[in-house]
Amino acid sequence: MSVDLATVCRVAHLARIAVTDQEAERMTGELNAILGFVEQLGEVDVSGVEPMTSVTPMEMKKRVDAVTDGGKAEDVVANAPATDENFFLVPKVIE
Amino acid sequence: MTDLTRLTIAEARAKLRAKEFTSAELTDAYLGAIDAANGELNAYVKVTPDKAREMAKRSDAKLAAGQGGDLEGIPLGIKDLFGTEGVHTQAASHILDGFEPRYESTVTANLWADGAVMLGKLNMDEFAMGSSNETSHYGPVKNPWRAQNSNLDLVPGGSSGGSASAVSAWLCAGATATDTGGSIRQPAAFTGTVGIKPTYGRCSRWGVVAFASSLDQAGPITRDVRDAAIMLKSMASVDEKDTTSVNIPVPDYEAAIGQSIKGMRIGIPKEYRVEGMPQEIETLWQKGIAWLKDAGAEIVDISLPHTKYALPAYYIVAPAEASSNLARYDGVRYGLRVPGKDIADMYEQTRAAGFGREVKRRIMIGTYVLSAGYYDAYYLQAQKVRTLIKKDFEDVFAAGIDTILTPATPSAAFGIADEDMAADPVKMYLNDIFTVTVNMAGLPGIAVPAGLDAKGLPLGLQLIGRPFEEETLFRTAHVIEQAAGRFEPAKWW
Repeated sequence: MSVDLATVCRVAHLARIAVTDQEAERMTGELNAILGFVEQLGEVDVSGVEPMTSVTPMEMKKRVDAVTDGGKAEDVVANAPATDENFFLVPKVIE
Repeated sequence: MTDLTRLTIAEARAKLRAKEFTSAELTDAYLGAIDAANGELNAYVKVTPDKAREMAKRSDAKLAAGQGGDLEGIPLGIKDLFGTEGVHTQAASHILDGFEPRYESTVTANLWADGAVMLGKLNMDEFAMGSSNETSHYGPVKNPWRAQNSNLDLVPGGSSGGSASAVSAWLCAGATATDTGGSIRQPAAFTGTVGIKPTYGRCSRWGVVAFASSLDQAGPITRDVRDAAIMLKSMASVDEKDTTSVNIPVPDYEAAIGQSIKGMRIGIPKEYRVEGMPQEIETLWQKGIAWLKDAGAEIVDISLPHTKYALPAYYIVAPAEASSNLARYDGVRYGLRVPGKDIADMYEQTRAAGFGREVKRRIMIGTYVLSAGYYDAYYLQAQKVRTLIKKDFEDVFAAGIDTILTPATPSAAFGIADEDMAADPVKMYLNDIFTVTVNMAGLPGIAVPAGLDAKGLPLGLQLIGRPFEEETLFRTAHVIEQAAGRFEPAKWW
């Protein structure tokens, strides 16, 4: 499989990365080189093989459903580029 | 007085306890070395002299009272991927401009609890994506090693290139690093240092900037095997805050150093003899085999049939996880924000300006393989292949193999701005061909220096172990180190 320019532009939008025409052009070549490389996985017979979902065979750790942390609004927003009274500020979303 | 920066962690620890010098003196020696070298090597992205001196002072008080932890007063460098409270943490990316977390990663908290001193944050490939430390927003790191009769600057490997360069050039006693596809072991091999990636789940990932969560593991880069054991013992822990942290007590790795490997069964996988591999690498591998045999180990030819599929599977799984993990950099919560005509445009402009080329490339691949219509063909297929790769290892371990010996990298360090690598991303990816299988299977792997090539550049061997049997790796790597000796660059910087 390979990607064309339109697909690259669509994927860039899905990934929320603005690309210029020139960048999209270059990325098309690079992505096709990588996709060409991973193509060989198709040779592997995987019939009856389960996909790996957990690296270590262990049950997911669980804890009691209780409040263990919180009250740190100032810490949470401390690194944000724009805030007001512990809220994140973003451009207007609803007209 | 001898140059304090040349001491290993074990040597410095003994001399600090014997009060031959203070941590303040040791720390000042390192800060002076960094000052003199960093303009040239670019290993540190942020030096924290005030914090270092303050921590050293506290350590000296403890040492004077005959107290202190295992790393009391030892100055370390920390990869920029680890969250350090109130201190530069940017994964060497532009998109995290100015980010100073309000929390401390579990791994670094463990080190400070044991008395270590922080010298600063180390350069790396942006978001740990790279094998040459050239994708950093802060520019490339130079390898302290140069080929004989050459002034050409070489890469230190990546992504933990700052860690490897700093340890090799005596700019810290040891460094933290992380490894997603080879990012501890490849730079260690390129700089004549020791690097271990422990079993997945051994070091907590909490507070470490995420790249590919099912593959990322922290580990140390040090000047010798004993130092790696000392540092890993401190870094590893059982952590409630990481659901993949495994509930097994951390052993005393240092106690494994010097133990015999008599009767140990060492596997030699035929699939690691790849086409186009330089003769020097093959020769080094044979030397390693001979050393282990001389030490009483039994050498067994083994097969890991799915080896060649590990790298292509990795280049689906890792970008897929990265595209998801890096979705959080949106210009709202931290770091860089570039204004746009609406919120979606703000996201797109911020991410376009904040991420470098390699990171964008991987996010794009990851987004594509996870997108509707392609998920089964790429991602699901790769995860099934991953099961087979892991099973290859399980089969040989079940057949009685204790550890596997391979080369660490397919070549020695290459030049900065290598044209072949720049032209073809896949060429750069091939650097990890011997290391990436270990991440895919979640196993521990150690790179240990084993010799120099014809140009005088260091080469490393890799040992792969059973899950949570890092002690076997330390034991065996120490045998190689004893036979091969240690390797230091000639100072030019």
